[in-house]
Amino acid sequence: MTEMAAGTTTSSEPLPRAKTDLLPLLIVPALALLALPFVGSGSTWVTLTVAGLAMGMMIFLMASGLTLVFGLMDIINFGHGVFISLGAYATLIILGPLAGWAQADSVWLNLGLLALCILAAMGVTGIVGAVFERIIVRPVYGSHLKQILVTMGGLIVAEQAIHAIWGASPIPIPLPETLRGAFIIGDVIMERYRVVAVGIGLIVFIGMQLLLNRTRIGLLIRAGVENPEMVEALGYRIRRLFVSVFVAGSALAGLGGVMWAFYRQTLTAGMGMEVMVLVFIVIIIGGLGSVGGCFVGSILVALVANYVGFIEPKLALISNILVMALVLIWRPQGLFPVARR
Amino acid sequence: MAEPLLQLSGVHTHIGPYHILHGVDFSIPASQLTVLLGRNGAGKTTTLRTIMGLWQASSGMIRFDGRDITKTSTPDIARAGIGYVPESMAIFTDLTVRENIVLAARSGPVEPARLDWMLGLFPALKRFWNLPAGNLSGGQKQMLAIARAIAEPRRLLLIDEPTKGLAPVMVRSMIEAFKALKASGETILLVEQNFYAASALGDNVIVMDDGRIVHSGAMREMVEDKTLQQRLLGLSLDAHQ
Ligand SMILES: Nc1ncnc2c1ncn2[C@@H]1O[C@H](COP(=O)(O)OP(=O)(O)OP(=O)(O)O)[C@@H](O)[C@H]1O
Ligand SMILES: [Mg+2]
Repeated sequence: MTEMAAGTTTSSEPLPRAKTDLLPLLIVPALALLALPFVGSGSTWVTLTVAGLAMGMMIFLMASGLTLVFGLMDIINFGHGVFISLGAYATLIILGPLAGWAQADSVWLNLGLLALCILAAMGVTGIVGAVFERIIVRPVYGSHLKQILVTMGGLIVAEQAIHAIWGASPIPIPLPETLRGAFIIGDVIMERYRVVAVGIGLIVFIGMQLLLNRTRIGLLIRAGVENPEMVEALGYRIRRLFVSVFVAGSALAGLGGVMWAFYRQTLTAGMGMEVMVLVFIVIIIGGLGSVGGCFVGSILVALVANYVGFIEPKLALISNILVMALVLIWRPQGLFPVARR
Repeated sequence: MAEPLLQLSGVHTHIGPYHILHGVDFSIPASQLTVLLGRNGAGKTTTLRTIMGLWQASSGMIRFDGRDITKTSTPDIARAGIGYVPESMAIFTDLTVRENIVLAARSGPVEPARLDWMLGLFPALKRFWNLPAGNLSGGQKQMLAIARAIAEPRRLLLIDEPTKGLAPVMVRSMIEAFKALKASGETILLVEQNFYAASALGDNVIVMDDGRIVHSGAMREMVEDKTLQQRLLGLSLDAHQ
């Protein structure tokens, strides 16, 4: 980036202040505090909150790519769930030969196994994403109806391909030893894997924020989400950017798929499709195209699901829809609306 | 006279089922400011978009700097050296003023001298340097859109109605900025409805109606010929000033 900003603001007149929109960020702590008296016990509340955050991070990983693909390319990709399932199944490439590492009495082998699974999954989903973009998405730019039909078709084909390669029955996978069990601090119980999931989610979120805000590619993506035509008129070949974002979004979904798979410890070809409803809910809540909104939306939905599931289990099923409805009544374009042409 | 920098011959443009441009012919000489006039809906914006490759000409030929760019993609047309300020300005509201300009200088950091020159033309931008461009007023957005078009050296600037919706004092400072741009030798194709601004700036004038060119010539000629003005524009310079 250029350093041309230095010393150019010399005017003595007061600068107008930037409009920063923090309100949606406050909902999360407000919600958590609101839930406390209903949950009753402080330690249970911490457990539920950590569980909700972990869930939220996994949803964020699975959804973040989709919101960018939608924002930048105006593509509705119903096939996104494929990358989640595929990422999950890609762990088998590593778990096959290295299953022993999961039981090994070494933190490094355990974590190394998780890292390898993530790499394999992101590699596979990235490559399949590039192919998917080329043969399924590219012919249907500009027509939402065709996109829905064609990406749905791609989804069905890919699910069947997973069945053909890995069989139709659910496959159990082992959670590495170190990640099992819970951290117990006083009477607060936090499952280890959830804490790790929160950590990975945060790392990815911070990485994405840095990329989007501090690099030229990030500038281009943000500008492209707002007005792709103008980005082209400035001389940038936006197609290449589209493809890179699609590939990165698929790889992130693959990462989400790995985290989700170890959480359930079972693989099924439909597991990606099952979370897609949630994924669509959070990207709508967040504001289509907004990574920050997707992050807040994911946490919001997951926290509500956890609190409600504990306080009034009968309402758990409709809580997501309720959150979406309330958010959209408040902000019809989502928490962080992205400006559009 | 030397070969014009930009030349359109027999350009037709369709938008979906609509036939908008019906054989547009004109040429833009280098280092001059050419004004494109015409009533609302005449096809001025469509003409600029067609030059930029944002609409594809269905027939005819567009030559820029001796090269046929009729079928060239928008990014490559921009890379050939055409800066574009759309009617909607299309600034990136989510990005800061600085980021808008950084992005516009595609081939590398803005040269300090150029930056000083730009900020000298539009001093207001300095004050908002690190603020999201969405916070700017309409006039300031317009300045940013133009600054973006000149963030690196270009061969030709296409500018669509920069004075639209501006207060008279803003229009005057915009005219000053364009005079400075002219003085530095830029080639400009300016769509301008405000005949006062147009006549103050233009070396040449092109008038469009209904997707066709109905007049082209020297601006001085038109300023002096009130009947021509009446016939083509339905207004007189006095009435508009
Ligand atoms: N996207 C579009 N779809 C259909 N018709 C369009 C589209 N854009 C422009 N037109 C039509 O093309 C014609 C020319 O429009 P254009 O915007 O080029 O006019 P203009 O001379 O720039 O007018 P103004 O002074 O109002 O900006 C108009 O009749 C307009 O309705
Ligand atoms: Mg117009």
